[in-house]
Amino acid sequence: MTEVTELSRPEDEALNTREVLLNLGPQHPSTHGVLRLVLELDGEYVKRVDPHIGYLHRGTEKLAESFTYTQIFPLTDRLDYLCPPSNNLAFALAVEKLLGIQAPIRAQYIRVMMAELARISGHLLITGALPMDLGAMTALLYVMREREMIMDLLEMITGARMHTSFCRVGGVREDLPDGFLPKIREFCDIFPNRIRDYERLLEGNRVFLKRTQGIGVISAEDAIDLGLSGPNLRASGVDWDIRRDEPYEIYDRLDFKVITRIEGDCYARWLCRVEEMRESIRIIEQCLDQMPEGPFQIDMPTIAFPVDKDRVHCSMEALIQHFDLSAYGFKVPKGEVYSAIEAPKGELGFYIISDGSPKPFRMKVRAPSFVNLQGIFGVTNARYLADMIAVLGSLDPVMAEVDK
Amino acid sequence: MSVEPSLYHALITERFGEAIEDLGAAHGIHVFAVPPEKIVEFCRFLKEHPALEFNFLSDICGVDHYPEMPRFEAVYHLYSLPNKWRVRIKCRLGDPPQLPSVAGVWRTANWHEREAWDMYGIRFEGHPDLRRIYMWEGFEGFPQRKDFPLRGYKDKLNPFGAEGPPPTQPDLATRDIP
Amino acid sequence: MGGVNNAIRDSVLFTTAESLINWSRSSALWPETFGIACCAIEMISAGCARYDLDRFGVVFRPSPRQSDVMIIAGTVTRKFAPVVRRLYDQMPEPRWVIAMGTCAISGGVYNTYAVVQGAETFVPVDVHVPGCPPRPEALMHGFLLLQEKIKRSRALAGTPLDRVAAS
Repeated sequence: MTEVTELSRPEDEALNTREVLLNLGPQHPSTHGVLRLVLELDGEYVKRVDPHIGYLHRGTEKLAESFTYTQIFPLTDRLDYLCPPSNNLAFALAVEKLLGIQAPIRAQYIRVMMAELARISGHLLITGALPMDLGAMTALLYVMREREMIMDLLEMITGARMHTSFCRVGGVREDLPDGFLPKIREFCDIFPNRIRDYERLLEGNRVFLKRTQGIGVISAEDAIDLGLSGPNLRASGVDWDIRRDEPYEIYDRLDFKVITRIEGDCYARWLCRVEEMRESIRIIEQCLDQMPEGPFQIDMPTIAFPVDKDRVHCSMEALIQHFDLSAYGFKVPKGEVYSAIEAPKGELGFYIISDGSPKPFRMKVRAPSFVNLQGIFGVTNARYLADMIAVLGSLDPVMAEVDK
Repeated sequence: MSVEPSLYHALITERFGEAIEDLGAAHGIHVFAVPPEKIVEFCRFLKEHPALEFNFLSDICGVDHYPEMPRFEAVYHLYSLPNKWRVRIKCRLGDPPQLPSVAGVWRTANWHEREAWDMYGIRFEGHPDLRRIYMWEGFEGFPQRKDFPLRGYKDKLNPFGAEGPPPTQPDLATRDIP
Repeated sequence: MGGVNNAIRDSVLFTTAESLINWSRSSALWPETFGIACCAIEMISAGCARYDLDRFGVVFRPSPRQSDVMIIAGTVTRKFAPVVRRLYDQMPEPRWVIAMGTCAISGGVYNTYAVVQGAETFVPVDVHVPGCPPRPEALMHGFLLLQEKIKRSRALAGTPLDRVAAS
């Protein structure tokens, strides 16, 4: 097992301590779900850490092998449940690559806009949850207020607050509803001020700074070696963002900054996320400005559901098409594909092997949280038990994604 | 995602000869088939060669091709942060499947390999700590193999499972660090 | 004399011990801060400013030993079921369980080798809140139903007082 720290107690400390094994979790308010850390402590100093995961292992990958491609979308929602639209997008892109198709431009804009909304909602929670773990309860109440605004927007588009399942192979399920644009413009106007509020609340908070600055430093080499991605990697100074480096959908038409920090500590990881929310708002505004009119779904009766839902009730062809796609799915050519996107947590990849049937032969999820959690082994200076809480909170693992 | 097949091909043939099979590019990713005994050497080569620098291991995943033979496969996805290239390495394995661990090349391989062991029973020789990661210690079988029933075996907690030996229960008392 | 009578009439309530106990129990339901999966996020939403569960007397507690209600908010896996059972056993009586979300009710879409098919197989569940995940309003409704259930329960059943009342 890799060791986090091997520190002896300072010489002048006369306290008599002994080594203990401590179980942090699986039920612990600050493990963000059902993570269990077995800690070997010398007094309050952490000597070794051994994360036990799998308490939320639901068998998503095996279950996906018995589902058709359209049926898998709801399963992807439940991976990283803080930002379902990103997961949908990643899966849709993988299947579309296999099929050799592309969604219409308008659908791509809608998907990107929703993925960025999801990024904000995912980052918002950690913006509030990290301070809460460290004792500052108030921040969570503020971020949840803004998160509810995003929930309202998503509900307006999809009818669901959390598990949206809005993407389809070759497009999205529906067009944007009437009256949506003014609502999201209003959100884009309000939100940057709210980000300033969080910063004002926490940037001057001495306790928060003391407990995050310089704590839990991960060097760039370690971060790459341990496979970290997303804000956790960028906070260590590695400038890599799949949105910019391997642009998918319409990201190459958008102008945004990739936020990096060099410190690599808990505070840098927190700050990276806060800054990324600002960029996401910019991306959403650009999407709204550039979004063309047009179809929201590809016109391929073998893959996509009938666009006009009323036709299903009066046209035999549309009914058969709808029934066929619902009951049997569509066939995907034999082959294999790996497609990765920049999800809020990092590189979210889907590796799909198709044997030519309507169900995947094998679906592997490269879950960013699963890998990011290993970052706990790269931490060089989390000495106290209390620091582990800060490190864990700043790495921002979502256990459903860790365990799949 | 630019691919440079000629570059790969020349460098790899020069070093490994015919041992590595070049399967060409599929959906933007170049694929190589590698025999299990060469995997560590090949990975180290890809990581350390100054023209390639595949320093980021995205993923390791197990595949079960049951009833096809050879049955198992380990698939590696590598990324080169400086060059922004991706490459896929495939390694067919017999039954029981085993191959050398690449945890010495990238530390991130540790958990990926534990996952493949847990789900498919692929044994990685030289892994520092090959334990189950998702299922509990004492769980019998490898759940993602094609011959393991999706719904597991029947017992009180799962009345819909397949007929068979009821699964063992996790033990709360296990608390020591191995 | 009349003044004393009026004072008694204005300040004394006649009620049964049972309804008094039930009223106090149902007005301060303290659930455990115990999220498992997606439903936990909706549980947090329900606890935060917009939905504000506090106004029903529902205040989250971090320890099972201080709580009355366990909200099973998420998928219970086989590996996790013994932990949930142990947490339930640690709660002082009287205690209630809310199974929140389809996974906790029946395993939901996850009919796999790793998932317990319903929390009812290992803890007694009082209220089921369906949804995937249930909206915060649904969770509130679940709490109101639980309060209703508590108000109708027989708090003194099996105690010496119960035997006095019966004779």
